[in-house]
Amino acid sequence: MWGYVIRRILATIPVMGVVAVLVFLMLRLSPGDPAAIVAGDFATAEDIAQIRARLGLDRPMLEQFVLWIGQLARGDLGYSIFLNRPVLGLILERVEPTLALSLTTMVFAIVLAIPMGVLAAWRAGSWVDQLVMALSVLAFSVPVFLIGYGLVIGFALTFDLLPVQGFVSLADDPVAFARHLVLPTVTLGLVYTALLARITRGTMLEILNEDFIRTARAKGLAEPRVLILHALKNASVPIVTTIGVGLALLIGGVVVTESVFAIPGIGRLTIEAVLQRDYPVIQGVILVVAGVYVLVNLLIDLSYCLLDPRIRY
Amino acid sequence: MTAIADTVAAPEAMPPRRRRLRLLRRYPIPAAGAALLLALIACSVGAPWVAPHDPIEMNVVDRLMPPGGDYLFGTDAYGRDILSRTLYGGRVSLLIGLAVALASTVLGLFIGVIAGYFRLADAIIMRVMDGLMAIPGILLAIALMSLTRASIWVVIVAITVPEVPRVVRLVRSVVLSVREQTYIQAASAIGTRFPRLMRKHILPNTMAPLIVQATYICASAVLVESYLSFLGVGTPPEIPSWGNIIAEGRLYVQIAFWNILFPGIFLALMVLSINVLGDGLRDMLDPRLARRL
Repeated sequence: MWGYVIRRILATIPVMGVVAVLVFLMLRLSPGDPAAIVAGDFATAEDIAQIRARLGLDRPMLEQFVLWIGQLARGDLGYSIFLNRPVLGLILERVEPTLALSLTTMVFAIVLAIPMGVLAAWRAGSWVDQLVMALSVLAFSVPVFLIGYGLVIGFALTFDLLPVQGFVSLADDPVAFARHLVLPTVTLGLVYTALLARITRGTMLEILNEDFIRTARAKGLAEPRVLILHALKNASVPIVTTIGVGLALLIGGVVVTESVFAIPGIGRLTIEAVLQRDYPVIQGVILVVAGVYVLVNLLIDLSYCLLDPRIRY
Repeated sequence: MTAIADTVAAPEAMPPRRRRLRLLRRYPIPAAGAALLLALIACSVGAPWVAPHDPIEMNVVDRLMPPGGDYLFGTDAYGRDILSRTLYGGRVSLLIGLAVALASTVLGLFIGVIAGYFRLADAIIMRVMDGLMAIPGILLAIALMSLTRASIWVVIVAITVPEVPRVVRLVRSVVLSVREQTYIQAASAIGTRFPRLMRKHILPNTMAPLIVQATYICASAVLVESYLSFLGVGTPPEIPSWGNIIAEGRLYVQIAFWNILFPGIFLALMVLSINVLGDGLRDMLDPRLARRL
């Protein structure tokens, strides 16, 4: 098992290496002069020259890359051009709302989707199943902002039950923190719920047809015990994999949801950076988000050792 | 003997109209999806003839008019007709959805075949694809949009790039499994050259999953375009795309919800109909094919 753990950890290095190369090359390989892109439409020749020197774009490509990787290795993501502050600090300032929204969404989706999927598979073909499947196709198709504004109009504007938008830090006011997260969580959670419910249903359907389920039922085990201990436990690996892979979908949704609800998180930071062509910030966000995504999926792969003792690599 | 011949010949003998009807009966929901999609395509393509107003004509006297009367879907803050803008917006979504689906399948097919067939290229290609897939799609598209002045073509490229690795993986896995089959080994043993082997034996096997994948990519591209435009980093604001109409309308959610409701519903219907069609195609072409994301 330890061999597998070590090999799996080492396998993340080339992935992150490729991400770093891609992020580095993106600006350099873009059509046009990268310094001019960063400087914007109204820059003078001196502005462009200054930015070129500041970003080190006047040096040979390989030297730039080595310097940049060296900085990254020391945890230095560079300086924001627009705000003239370290990128890492900017990202850390914006982490709390994004992290809070992502976590509540994951919990919401998992709590809702797994019973839905299990129920749909258990009563496959029934109206429950058809309802779950119809809802999941619908949730995949309705754009996040339509759900978001629908909820805002319903719960915040028409009936003054929840705040329209914004974010309050957990440390400042836990109650306001929770109230501000309800609508964004539901908005963002529906797509993720649909994804997980579909996978849960599909995997459970396969497993419920296995011989050992028939055996469990034949020896008179109560149905909940069969469903949860025998079937769901065996279905856990594909479900947990989807939770990890679906994180990419979730992060995409976070950007849009933060915009709908004016939440000052990483997504808003990215959009602001793109509109200002603040390249070091865009690069930093991509690196950090990809790093988190790779790390979470690494942890999930490692968790298989615990979930499924049959897995030996 | 005759009985067998009869049953085998029966589907051939069935008139095409009856066969089509049977297809409709067996797959009623995908058929409904296809019908809805056709209607939406007709509305968008025919927008210049169907739309009651000019989509960019401003009429400040009639600003933020509620739905009804002269303006079936109401007007926006500049007095532009939402119905006409929504119909024209469908053209942008349709163009981007189709272009992204086509571009990412063609690119993915090309790269995937190379990765699946040449061991040496495989290692390098798949490392790059793994790296690309580690960056969430919308984030990558947003970053790509910042590289140059926005236009519809840039949006197409920005949405295509994150979709390519998924197609590559799919094609590669099909090629890898097919190349181990005895008939491929037999074909290469009798001296079939690579291009012919590809054309006659390997590519046909990738078609069914690829068509299904292309539909899902089309649906996702329509959504992502609307997200990018909604965030202000997509289709240039002067072009009425659904995302742009909603991005402008969001400022007036409280007083003029129809600004986001109608384009939003059209957007949802288009994505829904493409997804439903994709599910139907998947069931028709290969019932075993698992849903991929």
